[in-house]
Amino acid sequence: MTQAPVTGDVTEPAGGPGAVSRPAPGAASPSRPSDDVIRTRGLTKRFRGGQLAVDGLDLSVPRGSVFGFLGPNGSGKTTTIRMLMGLIAPSAGVATVLGEPMPQSVASVLPRVGALIEGPALYGFLSGRDNLARFDAADPTSDPRTRKLRVAEALDRVGLAAAAGKKARAYSLGMKQRLGLASALLQPRELLVLDEPTNGLDPQGMREIRALIREVAAEGTTVFLSSHLLDEIEQVCTHAAVMSRGRLVVQGTVAELAARARGRLVVRTPDTHRAGEVLLAHKVTEVRIGEGRVDGDVASLAEDALPGLVAALVAADVRVHGFGVERGTLEDAFVALTGEGFDVAG
Amino acid sequence: MSRAEAVPALAAVAPGRRSQTAAGFLALFRNELLLTFRRMRTIVLLGILAVLPVLIGVVVKINTDGARGGEGPAFIAQVTQNGLFLVFTALAVALPVFLPMTVGVVAGDSVAGEAATGTLRYLLVAPAGRTRLLAAKFTAGLAFCLAATVTVALSAVIAGTVLFPVGDVTLISGETIGLGAALLRAVLVAAVVAASLAGLVAIGLFVSTLTGSGIAAMAATVGLVVTVQILDAFPQLHAIQPFLFTHHWLTFGDLLREPMYWDGVLKNLGLQAAYVAVFGSAAWSRFTARDITA
Repeated sequence: MTQAPVTGDVTEPAGGPGAVSRPAPGAASPSRPSDDVIRTRGLTKRFRGGQLAVDGLDLSVPRGSVFGFLGPNGSGKTTTIRMLMGLIAPSAGVATVLGEPMPQSVASVLPRVGALIEGPALYGFLSGRDNLARFDAADPTSDPRTRKLRVAEALDRVGLAAAAGKKARAYSLGMKQRLGLASALLQPRELLVLDEPTNGLDPQGMREIRALIREVAAEGTTVFLSSHLLDEIEQVCTHAAVMSRGRLVVQGTVAELAARARGRLVVRTPDTHRAGEVLLAHKVTEVRIGEGRVDGDVASLAEDALPGLVAALVAADVRVHGFGVERGTLEDAFVALTGEGFDVAG
Repeated sequence: MSRAEAVPALAAVAPGRRSQTAAGFLALFRNELLLTFRRMRTIVLLGILAVLPVLIGVVVKINTDGARGGEGPAFIAQVTQNGLFLVFTALAVALPVFLPMTVGVVAGDSVAGEAATGTLRYLLVAPAGRTRLLAAKFTAGLAFCLAATVTVALSAVIAGTVLFPVGDVTLISGETIGLGAALLRAVLVAAVVAASLAGLVAIGLFVSTLTGSGIAAMAATVGLVVTVQILDAFPQLHAIQPFLFTHHWLTFGDLLREPMYWDGVLKNLGLQAAYVAVFGSAAWSRFTARDITA
């Protein structure tokens, strides 16, 4: 098997993992700048304590994409989102959202953007309906005459119509999360920014939220989704960027990113040790012996070497139950790119 | 998740630029007022203020025999002759302590409380606009001052009418005016008292933009009121006292003369306007430049 060549708009810093990403404009990205819903150049945030939260970020989010923004907790995702939403001012660099600079253009940009930032925040003494009415009233471009209708539709859309009159303090975390989503969906949006939208939800709630994200994306809304859950990104996103310690490690389409992870040869057999010896003898590297399986790196082998490998295993009396190359996951790609595990403990 | 079925009018709206409308702009002010007066805290504060005049009235009623002129709070000697004076007594008692305390709670918590619960970030990405949100908070604070003062005055009118005789009012300058004219004076005094608290609202709003803790902002604002009144009591500090926002508060008594004596009242209102300008600008410059990390 040959390793898939890196093509398309995958951009990786030349300096290897951790280096500042500086994609060559035009050459590496197929999307023209005008088509980017979010675009940052050298975006940097240093907090007053001297802590560098975001370091020279060059992000391009194409229109119509479901863009996964990945990184362990504390890698600068939320700080980036807060800069994009005009909540905090960058120390250096520029950020444009919907083609206009932030935070200067909040008044014209944000009515077209729905956002869920660091979990929902609600007025516990107000009902779900009144919470939405307040956030709707905060937007000076929303028409007070149609407010009730908008609120009802948003509540219905996230499945909260039945609990609309209940005080928000009585809501479960999942319901609060949905109410937060409902406030992001009060108006038809061009961009939806969702920071960890499935945090604290049970598997059923996660599925529902992901279904809703797909639905919104199908309507043409660009979705910018931050998460520390790799499988979440793989399930719903078309594009992804990976952050690590305030820096952008890589960005591109999910398919291309996953393709960068080397596939591994997996042999399922009860005769693991014998199989391991055969594989090593046939130039398979990084052979690992597990419970009823042996896997190894076949990057150095030609694709047509695989049938010969099966024959050699059988000839060595290895009872082969299964033989194949497993596709790399985004997690493998992440580990390969950063040289570190995707540890969320930080 | 169920999709909307009954609202086709909205589904047809395409995303894109929408323009701001006057009604949309004012909606936040209206919502802020509703929010302020729907809070249990606000209702409790107003309830406490409503009890105060009743308490004073009952105490005066019980001690009528022993009451001597010249002792106790302002106008207390007149209360037994005319229940309407309870309005002025209650306002004179409430203005130095109770009213600023409640206003300090409401104004101090206004921005800091939203920051503490995280709702501030959602208001700002809505986008409420920082200046507009601050203006809405200030307006709601002023409305609370008015509501608080009116609560004290109304409760005093009712308690005074029930406990004491009510009739023509003899002013402190000696003239007598009719009941209707006296009620008008009461309304005027209440308005002046409410306006006396405007400077404190601006101070509270400024303190509120400095911290992410509602309790800290409330405590700081109320503490400031107490400190300033202590400073106002030291004769050695007479040079700065005319500039303390509490200094002219009790001048509203001059409106109970015939003709009304406006000097002190106007000084008070001018000073409040200056405090609103200074601390309003400080709150604005702080809030519009601040990183919202809560």
